[in-house]
Amino acid sequence: MEQNIKETVLVAMSGGVDSSVAAALLHERGYQVIGVTMNLWDYDRVGGNLNKDSGCCSVDTMDDARAVCHKLGVPHYMVNFREEFEAAVTDNFISEYMDGRTPNPCVRCNTYIKWGVLLQKAEELGADKIATGHYARTTFDEESGRYLLKQGKDGHKDQSYALWGIRQQGLERTLFPVGEFTKPEIRQIARNLGLRTAEKKESQEICFIPDNDYSRYLKKKRPELETHLQDGEILDEQDNLLGVHKGYPFYTIGQRKGVGIATGQPVYVTEIDAGNNRIKVGSNNDLLHSGLVAENVNWISIAALKEGIEIEAKIRYNSPGAHAWLQPKSNGNVEVRFKEPQRAVTSGQSVVFYQDDLVIGGGIIESSVKHQG
Amino acid sequence: MNSSNHKQKIYFDHSATTPVHPQVLEAMMPCFSANFGNASSVHSFGQEAKVALEEARRQITAVINAEPSEIVFTSGGTEADNLAVKGTAQFFSGRKTHIVTSAVEHHAVLYACKYLEKNGFEVTYVPVDKFGLVSPDKVAQAIREETCLVSIMHANNEIGTINPIPEIAALSKDRGILFHTDAVQTLGKIPIDVKEMNIDMLSISGHKIYGPKGIGALYIRRGIQIEKIMHGGKHERDRRAGTENIPGAVGLGKAAEICSRSMEKDRVKLTELRDDLQRKISDILPEVHLNGHETKRLPGILNMSFPGAASDSLLLSLDLKGIAVSNGSACSSGTIEPSHVLKGLKLSKNLANSAIRFSLGKENTPEEIDVTVGVLQEIVSRLRGLKRGKKLIAA
Repeated sequence: MEQNIKETVLVAMSGGVDSSVAAALLHERGYQVIGVTMNLWDYDRVGGNLNKDSGCCSVDTMDDARAVCHKLGVPHYMVNFREEFEAAVTDNFISEYMDGRTPNPCVRCNTYIKWGVLLQKAEELGADKIATGHYARTTFDEESGRYLLKQGKDGHKDQSYALWGIRQQGLERTLFPVGEFTKPEIRQIARNLGLRTAEKKESQEICFIPDNDYSRYLKKKRPELETHLQDGEILDEQDNLLGVHKGYPFYTIGQRKGVGIATGQPVYVTEIDAGNNRIKVGSNNDLLHSGLVAENVNWISIAALKEGIEIEAKIRYNSPGAHAWLQPKSNGNVEVRFKEPQRAVTSGQSVVFYQDDLVIGGGIIESSVKHQG
Repeated sequence: MNSSNHKQKIYFDHSATTPVHPQVLEAMMPCFSANFGNASSVHSFGQEAKVALEEARRQITAVINAEPSEIVFTSGGTEADNLAVKGTAQFFSGRKTHIVTSAVEHHAVLYACKYLEKNGFEVTYVPVDKFGLVSPDKVAQAIREETCLVSIMHANNEIGTINPIPEIAALSKDRGILFHTDAVQTLGKIPIDVKEMNIDMLSISGHKIYGPKGIGALYIRRGIQIEKIMHGGKHERDRRAGTENIPGAVGLGKAAEICSRSMEKDRVKLTELRDDLQRKISDILPEVHLNGHETKRLPGILNMSFPGAASDSLLLSLDLKGIAVSNGSACSSGTIEPSHVLKGLKLSKNLANSAIRFSLGKENTPEEIDVTVGVLQEIVSRLRGLKRGKKLIAA
């Protein structure tokens, strides 16, 4: 009897199709599944209309996750991580924009909430592992003695970019059952199992901003923004004054729409100067970068970077990856030098280092190096 | 896994809800079929229904010493509380716009008061002492010239503390102010006599006393005028519109009758079981803390803190072993919220975040107590043994 008792796994269920199938697959394989839906924010705190928007953390999504677990005959619980989420994700989201950077809240959530607080909760509930519906894969490498993170089988859906912050002790206790399949396959499995989430549409980009209007969110959280920061200067590359803007936090590098400058040429935001509430605009060529410096680096396939290596660097979620040289710096930061200049390298975003489908590690873009072309 | 070999699930959440008593169900069944009439109809079908409805009303009056005309059926305890608080406020609107209540009331009273605050009323939330008791002196101090209502719960749903209702009701009466009490947790568990206790309005609910969900009632002393909050037909003496829920009312009446009949027997049994649970937990686990009052407490309620073990982890771990308890107040999504009641006791964060409530019922057994103590010991020891980093989240 004893040998048949499989490991207990806590499955983080958003109410979407991917995590539903993750739970179903693990249940099928004989794991003791406990479904958990994290309550990370509420409408009181983020604004928006509870009866109109239906992002994650809405009552609907919780009901979906609960219904899937009920169908599988496994327990399902809500866990309240709202305080932790605010401390780790949304406060940082706001302060990054206030520093003139463009944050990546999903990375923070994965690093500190799912592979932080949730992992701890799993331990408290006596679960050996946690699982999510991410399109990624993890294996143990005997040779290096390290747990590896790889891209999901479905190249279009790969989510390894947002997972670079997971530490070794986290990966050791992680299952990514969905990563072995393509999205259409996952939908088919959901249909075959009769899961009610089979045809659910993809979730939006930032879960705690259900209306997708991050400017509105920032203004709600920092009401003083609107009055204090309006009429900031818009300069061109030669420091000529072109006009005024609504406040630097409402712009991101590479942004074209909403700048409000008519020059006959398309102009893009090329620099954000938080200290002086200035933004700079320029042509598409002015957006090209030859390299970057990354901080807060986490290594996955290696214990540390001792010398320069050749990698592919992803500087945003859906970028294809750029050939680059990765070089350690003395302070623990790293330098990335692209073979070909890359467009709109943005401070605050993640850069993830790959060799084929293997994640070497990742970090937060601290600064970019302009291409001198 | 050794001490959890019990097969049956154990239910220790009777303050949340109870199963319907077989005799209650039996009494209700004809109201869904043969006796399906609308009590407002003139014909024989309607008359049959009306008879059943009035019999249910009479059963309730017998339990709390009221008159049939003083009972208004509602959809539950929440509606009864809303009717009492908002109905009174609206009746006095523009004349007397102050309400006194306590900081640890049920949300049905608290949020009705919050709503009134947005509509021109002032509310004083009287604090409680470390046992959860509302002091009559504090209520007296809070009362003003323009106070229209004092609403203090009979016993608290989370910690079971029983308030000195006769004193508070009497002092309200002396000042000519209406007094309402939420008796959802006390009906059938401790004696209620609205006349002797000087209660003007009293809320009750069916499903806490082995009756059905979706039915409750508000006792309104004869002669008291309040505004209605549900408009429509002239049901319930024009105090609550809507076709009467005959099966529900019949179920509530029967349940009230049954629990009042067995009240003393149940009180002795539940107190014994509860004290047994409390003693065994205290014997076996160091550093546990009772929340609420040692003696001025409802028979079946035990709220304890287990510092070092997070209350949601306790609750979930117990449920994974088939033992149902509760903590905080569950919202519609099932998220565990920090309890305003424990906050009201001014517990340290350690104690407030490690509390769970056992609420026992008639069908619980001494064996279930022993199984639970064993499982709890295992869980608390495990949770307390886990190494926890001081700061989890980097800046």
